[in-house]
Amino acid sequence: MSAQHFDNPEVTFQPDHSGGTGKIWKIFWVLSILTIIELAMGYFLYAKGNDIGYITVLSTKGAIALLTLAKAYYIVSVFMHLGDEIRNFIMTITVPLILFVWFIIAFLADGNSWKNLRNTDGGSRPSVIEQSAPKGHH
Amino acid sequence: MSTTTIPAGTKWWSGGKSPFNISYGKVMMWYFLMSDAFTFGAFLISYGTIRFSVNHWADPNHVFNAFPFAGHANLPLAFVSLMTFILIFSSVTMVLAVHEGHQMNRKGVEKYMLLTIIGGLAFLGCQAWEWTHLITGTHDVLVNGKLEQWGTTVTKNPWGPEVLHNGQMVATPGPIAFGGYFFGITGFHGFHVFSGVVINIVMYIKTKLGHFDQRGHYEMIEKAGLYWHFVDLVWVFVFLCFYLV
Repeated sequence: MSAQHFDNPEVTFQPDHSGGTGKIWKIFWVLSILTIIELAMGYFLYAKGNDIGYITVLSTKGAIALLTLAKAYYIVSVFMHLGDEIRNFIMTITVPLILFVWFIIAFLADGNSWKNLRNTDGGSRPSVIEQSAPKGHH
Repeated sequence: MSTTTIPAGTKWWSGGKSPFNISYGKVMMWYFLMSDAFTFGAFLISYGTIRFSVNHWADPNHVFNAFPFAGHANLPLAFVSLMTFILIFSSVTMVLAVHEGHQMNRKGVEKYMLLTIIGGLAFLGCQAWEWTHLITGTHDVLVNGKLEQWGTTVTKNPWGPEVLHNGQMVATPGPIAFGGYFFGITGFHGFHVFSGVVINIVMYIKTKLGHFDQRGHYEMIEKAGLYWHFVDLVWVFVFLCFYLV
């Protein structure tokens, strides 16, 4: 078998494709193990959901989100070969995605504010979370 | 895997060559995927905003606890883990197809494209089962003092806060946004999977017909691969937002 060669004027420096599949399988195991850790944490939240504090729940969910970002990094960098492209190109993809930092913070904060305004009638009364019906009556 | 050796001091912007060292088709696929990432991002962030704005949201461990042929066994996270591993595995077979393409090995590309197509169809089958189960599986809901049987749809959410009714805890209607976001976002993702399977079938046929051998390169497989990996990438975030947290 001869490696592919194409005369593409856009590609000045031809990549070397002679490497094996070792890295692909390594990343497969990395993704699988990260997913299993995520599932273990998710199961921990399910099993202990009522016994652990708000801070523990929130930090576990935060850790799961960080593991998800790690998986995304490996998929984009290795499976989609973005890590093999030149820096100029990597930057045109990754820099616009920084917009998500504002996007996520601003909108989740907005949702939270919306909830607080509803629970307090726009800040005019102390926060009362409405229940559909008082417990213990029927 | 591939590596590109670039001489030190290369002047990318001095003209006469592409400053990205990558073909036009691949650049455009990347920019399409970036815009698609913003579309999915906007959907998921909108879902997060609504979820943050209400006092009660359905517990995913409660809603997604079924498994085919397991009856009423309580198996939280099990089925969605299967779907996740199917998609990760089909991503691996896709990147192996790209690798075989680099070696100009037509038989290898055919084999791995076929496995990738099967993985995509398996994922779609799982999603069809999950949707059917959610829509047709009914639960007791207390509506205006009377018990009704509700499935999970875009207009009905039987997973609201529980209240005591005739000595038993019964769910009340939850925010209807739950079904809308769940079916909307997993549906939009599922449609991407479906389009990806169609694209992969076209690529499989073109490989079999020897089109890429005539062309001298398998770059179309790389472009289809970018799209397919993106579908897996989006699922990683859908999995996080709907099932894990």
